[in-house]
Amino acid sequence: MALLEISDLTVEFKTGGGQFRAVDSVSLSVDKSEILAIVGESGSGKSVAMLAVMGLLPWTATVTAKTLAFDGRDLLSLTPRERRRLIGKDIAMIFQEPMSSLNPCFTVGYQIGESLKVHLGLDKAARKQRSLELLASVGIPDPERRLTAFPHQLSGGMSQRVMIAIALACRPKLIIADEPTTALDVTIQAQILELLVSLQKETGTGLVLITHDMGVVAETAERVSVHYAGQKIEEQPVRELFADPHHPYTAALLAALPERAKGRRLPSIPGVVPGQFDRPPACLFEPRCHFATERCREKAPPRQGAIAGLALCHYPLTHGRPVGHPHPEGREIAA
Amino acid sequence: MDPRFRGDDVGRRKNRLGRHGHTMLGFIIRRTLLVVPTFLAIAFLTFVAIRLVPGDPIEVRTGERGISPERLAEFRHQLGLDQPVWKQFLDYLWQLAHGDFGTSISTHAPVLSEFATLFPATLELAFCAMVFAVVLGIPAGVIAATRRGTFLDYSLMGVALTGFSMPIFWWGLLLILFFSVNLDLTPVSGRIDLLYYFEPVTGFMLIDSLLSDQDGAFLSAVSHLILPTIVLGTIPLATIARMTRSAMLEVLGEDYVRTARAKGLSPFRVVGIHALRNALIPVVTVIGLQVGALMAGAVLTEYIFSWPGIGTWLIESIQRRDYPVLQGGVLLISGIVIVINILVDLLYGVLNPRIRHAR
Repeated sequence: MALLEISDLTVEFKTGGGQFRAVDSVSLSVDKSEILAIVGESGSGKSVAMLAVMGLLPWTATVTAKTLAFDGRDLLSLTPRERRRLIGKDIAMIFQEPMSSLNPCFTVGYQIGESLKVHLGLDKAARKQRSLELLASVGIPDPERRLTAFPHQLSGGMSQRVMIAIALACRPKLIIADEPTTALDVTIQAQILELLVSLQKETGTGLVLITHDMGVVAETAERVSVHYAGQKIEEQPVRELFADPHHPYTAALLAALPERAKGRRLPSIPGVVPGQFDRPPACLFEPRCHFATERCREKAPPRQGAIAGLALCHYPLTHGRPVGHPHPEGREIAA
Repeated sequence: MDPRFRGDDVGRRKNRLGRHGHTMLGFIIRRTLLVVPTFLAIAFLTFVAIRLVPGDPIEVRTGERGISPERLAEFRHQLGLDQPVWKQFLDYLWQLAHGDFGTSISTHAPVLSEFATLFPATLELAFCAMVFAVVLGIPAGVIAATRRGTFLDYSLMGVALTGFSMPIFWWGLLLILFFSVNLDLTPVSGRIDLLYYFEPVTGFMLIDSLLSDQDGAFLSAVSHLILPTIVLGTIPLATIARMTRSAMLEVLGEDYVRTARAKGLSPFRVVGIHALRNALIPVVTVIGLQVGALMAGAVLTEYIFSWPGIGTWLIESIQRRDYPVLQGGVLLISGIVIVINILVDLLYGVLNPRIRHAR
């Protein structure tokens, strides 16, 4: 039984222009001590799906799912109180902006200790002891002094270490890291990623890493789920994904990596992710796809089998060639 | 420890910690020095304004009967009113520089001692009004913000807007009419029933009535305070409620509030601790600014309820053209408002760690 089991998760927002579907029938699962990366552009619904798991979406959101279970418990049927007992304790989340994610009015010690007090009921001395341990384990020098520091006295990297310490405080079974390195300096990014992965190995928690950085995926993830416009379009183990992407979008993303580029110009994917008002009728990637045919415009693509990376495509690629495509030799992948 | 996990900024931030001790003192000194020009301006304005009003103290006292021109000139000479105004002003400043606020023309008592006798009454009223405004205003703003867009939000903010727009004297008369005249629940004027008499100890009626050990004295003092407190507290209450609501709305959208919720904290902790603590920073500034408005409101409120405080004293001093009382009274009140504003600025630093360390 997987630690986190999601099937057919759909999240819709009430907006001025009607219902907007941010997450569209996404199915995912995360095992104990596994690292799953969710990759996608901004607006692909990757964060929203995880916020739905946490129950942190605003009231304008409607969450539906066939299954949304954590550790065997159905998350959809939890009362708010039961959910609060779960999040922050068994599932913890790390956010994108470390500087603004810490409360500027409270010390680091208070913010770490709060989870320990609320979930574990530790007394003051025990909280301090554990906070010091946590700060040391996330690589913060002089933890004793840092306990009384306020967030504005910390750099971005330090703040993210504190956020990680908060997330780890109650020894969670699953950590969801929502672009934990995006807001940081490049030099700090690697440190934070390394820290996350080493702590994950040490503690054996499951880790969901939301990112749009393929480099991050390659270095850390075990399994990768690629999302586009609210849909999961492909899922593969990391090696296989990089070796043989099956969805044209994944292939185009990988081709756009500087280290993989062949020509003098860096390849890019033309166009943008469709929004609320310009959603294509069938395949959502069709307007930007090199292989799109009449069929892609008319009929929603089927979900392929595991051998084709669960790709959501009429013509999944195999070694760069679209299978079953009327003109397989006709065009090359996003060159 | 693995060197790869070492912190990225150990030395750089070191000197920003624990430096606020002497800068806090510097701040107080700077603010105190800034008070001097403010005081000069206030002294000048009141000095000129009261002299622009037709009639001087002697004409007002002699009334329609009049007085012979010789006597008039003699009295004016005694009070120094025959001097050019600029000379009178410089003399007044010289007097002030020696800590002398002058003596009242009508009672011949020193302005400072009259002020000291009457000020506790005003302070008691203003304090109660502020407590009333803060205790009701902050929760009202928080509730409105967390129930944004609901009927409750609209009603609370509608009431607040009405309260904010209410002319103080009209509101006071309305309450007197309803609660005192129609329902006979509260007294119309004064600080305590005439039945009770005791020597003032602290000058604060609530405390003195308790100390006096007379049955019912305290309750009488409380019942006299209720209406003036509501009248004086209404505008600050409305302002605080509206400010709290908008500050809360801003804060509730912040990332750290989402972090607090992601920790699985109760709504009370998320809103009442994580969000409110941040929202209070602008609210405290507004409360500080209300102190000045409260003093202005006290003048009207005291007059309506015949409350024997500074407000009534100042209005009477205008009617009698009692120059030293008006000048000294306004200066002393301004001084108190300025001191409270400095205290509020210091409190702001306590609430907001970013300011505490950066200054």
